[in-house]
Amino acid sequence: MIEIENLSKWYGDFQVLTDCSTKVAKGEVVVVCGPSGSGKSTLIKCVNGLEPAQKGSILVDGTEVTARGADLTKLRARIGMVFQHFELYPHMTVRENLCLAQQKVLDRSRDEAVAKAETLLNRVGLTQHIDKHPGALSGGQQQRVAISRALAMDPIAMLFDEPTSALDPEMINEVLDVMVELASDGMTMMVVTHEMGFARKVADRVVFMDAGAIVEDRPTEQFFSAPESDRAKDFLSKILNH
Amino acid sequence: MSDFDFAVIANNLPFLMEGLQLSLWLTFLAMMGGIVLGTLLALMRLSGILPLSLFAATYVNLIRSVPLILVIFWFYFLVPLALGRPIGNFYSALIAFTLFEAAYFSEIIRAGIQSVRKGQAQAGQASGLNYWQIQRYIVLPQAFRNMIPILVTQGIILFQDTSLVFVVSLRDFMTVSSIVARTEGRLVEMYIFAAIVYFVICFAGSLFVRRLQKAKTA
Amino acid sequence: MDYNWNWGVLFTDPYLDWLVMGVQWTFAVALTAWVLALIVGILVGVGRTLPSRPIAFICTAYVELFRNVPLLVQMFLWYFVMPELVPDDMGRWIKRDMPNPEYVTAVIALGLYTASRVAEQVRAGISAVGQGLTNASYANGFSVAQTYRYILLPISFRLIVPPMTSEFLTIFKNSSLALTIGLLELTAQSQQIAEYTFNGFEAYTAATVIYVCIALLATIIMQVAERYTRIPGYMGSR
Repeated sequence: MIEIENLSKWYGDFQVLTDCSTKVAKGEVVVVCGPSGSGKSTLIKCVNGLEPAQKGSILVDGTEVTARGADLTKLRARIGMVFQHFELYPHMTVRENLCLAQQKVLDRSRDEAVAKAETLLNRVGLTQHIDKHPGALSGGQQQRVAISRALAMDPIAMLFDEPTSALDPEMINEVLDVMVELASDGMTMMVVTHEMGFARKVADRVVFMDAGAIVEDRPTEQFFSAPESDRAKDFLSKILNH
Repeated sequence: MSDFDFAVIANNLPFLMEGLQLSLWLTFLAMMGGIVLGTLLALMRLSGILPLSLFAATYVNLIRSVPLILVIFWFYFLVPLALGRPIGNFYSALIAFTLFEAAYFSEIIRAGIQSVRKGQAQAGQASGLNYWQIQRYIVLPQAFRNMIPILVTQGIILFQDTSLVFVVSLRDFMTVSSIVARTEGRLVEMYIFAAIVYFVICFAGSLFVRRLQKAKTA
Repeated sequence: MDYNWNWGVLFTDPYLDWLVMGVQWTFAVALTAWVLALIVGILVGVGRTLPSRPIAFICTAYVELFRNVPLLVQMFLWYFVMPELVPDDMGRWIKRDMPNPEYVTAVIALGLYTASRVAEQVRAGISAVGQGLTNASYANGFSVAQTYRYILLPISFRLIVPPMTSEFLTIFKNSSLALTIGLLELTAQSQQIAEYTFNGFEAYTAATVIYVCIALLATIIMQVAERYTRIPGYMGSR
């Protein structure tokens, strides 16, 4: 589904990604973790072309993302993305947030779009907030709306960029629960997160990054029980021993 | 299309430079006066003493509601009347510009003062300084450091504004250019020249502001 | 101070008519120029934020050019210089047959000058919306045009209502520069009354009061607009 090969990226002279290669197969859940500034957010934004890369290639469902003239708009419509700061459209109600792209990008009818929006909101337990503006919701609620907005496009894969980092601790679980359910439904997911509990529970593989490079890329159980690199060991000991 | 004759500029260069000098001098003096008066207005506005803040707010809002040209007319009419004798175009203009720009500077300075965190003034209070000492040694220095780019930008606007003394025939760069334009019958050359001179000075100024801003964020 | 007060002069013939006509011209120039400024300013402001480098460069050049030359000089360039630079026939038409030359020139000069300031506000508004929302919109499958149409423009227009209020006020004040090319708007009329009657105090007071009323009116209108367009729970910056 997603194939990243020897990807490198620079901001001016500064190299943010170095020769990154990994794969996400259909139905697979891959968690990307690592210390802050390790390039994980940049990597995931390259997958749908929000960040351009200078070297290497990304193949998403047969489409070459890094190719010149690639139809990124069409590709992005088929890949859902969830952001750290939710990025709901503040001037629209929750309903419009879910309907806009369905109608304008997928050309669905109004009724179809609204029906879809209602079904999805019902699934995340937010039906009663459908007429509110995002600003009136808590962070956890906003993030669940954002996930629903992405799902409304019937994506073939979902990208999560630190979906719980901006949340107050008591709201993290309501969002993770939605993601766990999504994973058990067989959604293909690439998730940048620090939530190691979530990774353990649902991830098939863990990609560990440091300083712009992929240091480890292994099945979840192996990664947690016997990390190979010192950097991964160090990272795990810091993040798990509270 | 008329044939260009840019020799007219060279022939009148000393006269034009005198005008430019007056423009820059007026800008500089009005800016200094405007900042001093503007600071005073801003402090009055933020003093929490009702008559003072009411006076400052009324003054600032009144001045900001009327065109500069009208203010210039006002002072050309009022100043000689109030003093009982004419004091010359330059000083009337200087007073008009200082009082006018003070209103704009005071709003910039007020925002600058408010951008200094409350904790700073509280720290000053905690160490026993009085109101004026806090403003003088703690708040204003930080405020002005934050404000320098905006103050320079306002200075550029002020420099452009000085061209309006044309309406009372004070011989600044604009008036002088138009005198040459008319007496030599070279309107096209002179007004294009004036535009270029103003542009070069103001654009250089705005590049300078951009450098200041970069230095601030770096 | 030796001064003959006479407030009644303001209400005598023909001075009252002069004031009324002055107000009419001030409104005519300011409002028409405002429409021009909005159209050009929005186009240029949006242009500066587009991914296309040539378009962004042209729009930036526009803003720098019009912002760094005094409005008075621009007024003279349009009035005295432009007719000489266009083809002869057109120049002759402008000088001889164009109706209301002072009014048309003032509107063009003031409108295009104000457009550069409007463009700056529009650009600032769009960049205040932030890269995050822009990314979200692209990730949602929207094209560049759709992102502007549905996300960036609606949000930024709400954000820039307050600074646009002050631009709207400024255009009324700046319309007074039209007097330099002979348009008898409010400021010019008050000065003319002052010269004819020697009652400068009364004449300038009348103009000042009218300008203050215009400012109050504009502020109230814009405050209503602001309340009407506010986005619940959104501060514009995070």
